[in-house]
Amino acid sequence: MANLNDHMGRPIVAVTGIGVVTSLGVGKTDNWAALTSGTSGIHPITRFPIDQLNTRISGMVDFLPSSSKGASPLTYELAELAGLEAVTEAGLDSSDFGGPLFLASPPVELDWAERFSLYNSDKDKDDTAAERLLRVARSLRELDIFETTQFGSIADRLADRLGTRGLPITLSTACASGATAIQLGVEAIRRGECDRALSIGADGSATAEALIRFSLLSALSTHNDIPEKASKPFSRDRDGFVLAEGSGALVLESLEAALARGATILGVLSGCGEKADDFHRTRSKPDASPAIAAVRAALADAGLSEEEIDYVNAHGTSTPENDKMEHLALSTVFGERIGSMPVSSNKSMIGHTLSAAGAVEAAFSLMTMREGVIPPTINYDNPDPAIVLDVVPNKKRNAQVRTVLSNSFGFGGQNTCLVMAREPV
Amino acid sequence: MSSPRDVVITGIGLVSSLGEGPDAHWQKLAQPGLQPVLEAARFAPYTVHPLPEIDWNLQIAKRGDQRQMETWQRLGTYVAGLALDDAGIKGNDELCTTMDMVVAAGGGERDEAVDAAILAASESRNDRDVLLNEKLTTELRPTLFLAQLSNLLAGNISIVHKVTGSSRTFMGEEGAGVAAVETAAARIRSGQSTHILVGGAFQTEHSDMLLGYELAGYLHRGPWKPVWQRQGAEGGGVVTGSGGAFLVLEQREHAISRGRKIYAELGPVVSGRARRSRGELDTEIASLLSQAALPGGKLLALSGASGAHAATTAEKAVLDANPAIATRGFSTLTGHMKEAQFPFAVALAALAVERKAAYPVFDAAAEKPFEGIPASVLATAIGYHQFEGMALVNAA
Repeated sequence: MANLNDHMGRPIVAVTGIGVVTSLGVGKTDNWAALTSGTSGIHPITRFPIDQLNTRISGMVDFLPSSSKGASPLTYELAELAGLEAVTEAGLDSSDFGGPLFLASPPVELDWAERFSLYNSDKDKDDTAAERLLRVARSLRELDIFETTQFGSIADRLADRLGTRGLPITLSTACASGATAIQLGVEAIRRGECDRALSIGADGSATAEALIRFSLLSALSTHNDIPEKASKPFSRDRDGFVLAEGSGALVLESLEAALARGATILGVLSGCGEKADDFHRTRSKPDASPAIAAVRAALADAGLSEEEIDYVNAHGTSTPENDKMEHLALSTVFGERIGSMPVSSNKSMIGHTLSAAGAVEAAFSLMTMREGVIPPTINYDNPDPAIVLDVVPNKKRNAQVRTVLSNSFGFGGQNTCLVMAREPV
Repeated sequence: MSSPRDVVITGIGLVSSLGEGPDAHWQKLAQPGLQPVLEAARFAPYTVHPLPEIDWNLQIAKRGDQRQMETWQRLGTYVAGLALDDAGIKGNDELCTTMDMVVAAGGGERDEAVDAAILAASESRNDRDVLLNEKLTTELRPTLFLAQLSNLLAGNISIVHKVTGSSRTFMGEEGAGVAAVETAAARIRSGQSTHILVGGAFQTEHSDMLLGYELAGYLHRGPWKPVWQRQGAEGGGVVTGSGGAFLVLEQREHAISRGRKIYAELGPVVSGRARRSRGELDTEIASLLSQAALPGGKLLALSGASGAHAATTAEKAVLDANPAIATRGFSTLTGHMKEAQFPFAVALAALAVERKAAYPVFDAAAEKPFEGIPASVLATAIGYHQFEGMALVNAA
């Protein structure tokens, strides 16, 4: 009889379903094949004109029916696809999931296409732009545009589609959102509120305005000429992240409930840790103490020591600052061992999927353990001498991986780390 | 029976058109026949309840921090500071660095002038995507993005007040406020946390914030009316207000061990998602009521009803069907504060419990008096469009 509770007497949380969509494709099979062959999904932007833009490449998901329909429809479709894959793999009814939904998704705003169309639909009156939009708005007879502006609408639609229970939670912890969605699911199961939870991170918000906003903060790579080479985490010539889209979903289930219904256990969510940073809105504390605290909190929550972590799925954004700070955090926690333990960044291939990243990378972390293959950090041609890490350079590596630490750090002082294991201990 | 792991309220921060702080709100709201503070001209034909005069320096000491925010984040950070002060936590490093935080947030203010210029130029151009690139790359203030990001209200609270245990932001209108309070309470009850800052803010004095309602025709137009009396009037029934509410929730044992005053105990917090298009709202509200409030004597209810016709009608019908319930629709006096609506309702409920007195009727035509001491008070937020929640607040 397996032990059903963890080192703190809480229910062990198993993963029984995984779903993923990135610029590399829809579903685990395509993504894993591309990821382990070192293929990049970064490509030139075609969704909108690139006039005046310093960054002209991205990891947008351009192959879905909603890809050209705006941030809310695309985010919904990404979430739905990943959610369906995960729930189906778990062997559960995809229209009657029967547990709560935690959705990490980008903040929503009225799309420019809609703004233009509302504004130009009634040019007669001599009023301000704001007055005109409001006047046109109140005569709309359909809810489609309205719902793209409601922060709870994507989760509401998903709840209908997938049959989740109760009030769905939509959350944002910036680039750590996907990890937070998983953490909320883990906590709900540990509290005994539910036997299973669906955690999804989805982000289809790579609009021109989003790209320009990040660009104005000097956060994006401008290595436009060879798009697939632009994201180069831990390299000396890294110059920013590559904006991307995607989604990841996990079905989380108490080990007891999963075993009772004969589900396949794909992995275990052993620990979650978080720590907020009060240093700056976009920059991390120079001593990396909040990231260090988040890593340590995740290890403590999992009941594992530093020596028991086999692999780190890094946040690894390819910004000068993140990669330096993350190296400092990891080398502080893991000491000298950090130079010889594998640490790779999926973002070298898929870019930074923002609100989805924590969930996408948790999905890949679980697959890394199941498949016994560590995806590489590609574009590692020019190592940063200040960052001595085994980044699994350029080629996948076969390895037995029992445990993974996955890091997510975001604007607003957000730091969330997950520890996953291949088998229940 | 009280238990060491009960959730108690030890700090309240409030701002609305009525003023700031729990005392000011109690003083005002306890006055029979109080008239709302209204601004009917600036956003005509819409009326809003505007922010009162606020000296931001009192809670956000650094001008540099103030400049990094627009009004919404400033307001939220300010109200959070009031709650931390009230709970005796502000400036206490040990308590702040171990304090968890759940913020219910929408988005921040866009640059209305830049948007208007782009829209004006769009009248004479067909290459609107190119126009966007031209204008946005040259006219957007880089830091404005941060003032718009939902999770940067929490980020600013970390920076200004040093709350750094954890930081989570829930989105989704009233439901975000409900889920924030519900999750915070569950974490304390289960021992996952000892003290949590939870709440939200809403800054309605910006056209985009009105547009968020009006794209579905939810806003009331024409002369102002109390929240229960907008059926049949022009528009959709919602009158918005600027304001915010933050609560410090604490494990009873933790609060007692540091000798803090306890306003009230936070009892059951329940939430739901009625499929309203299938007519489930009435049943859902009734079900939440039966989960939150045990049958007993008379009950005071602080209703967050928005005025939105369908949701408000449904809520009123369910509450009125129980003769023991005396309802107070506080939106009559504050306006609807979206993500902050539920934390505000819980705060007002806690105040009534602590002061051992009910509020007088806010609308003599639609509400009935409540005599005696309210030992338990219900707080509700039935979303104007989706999501529902209630909580029962009990004497400490």
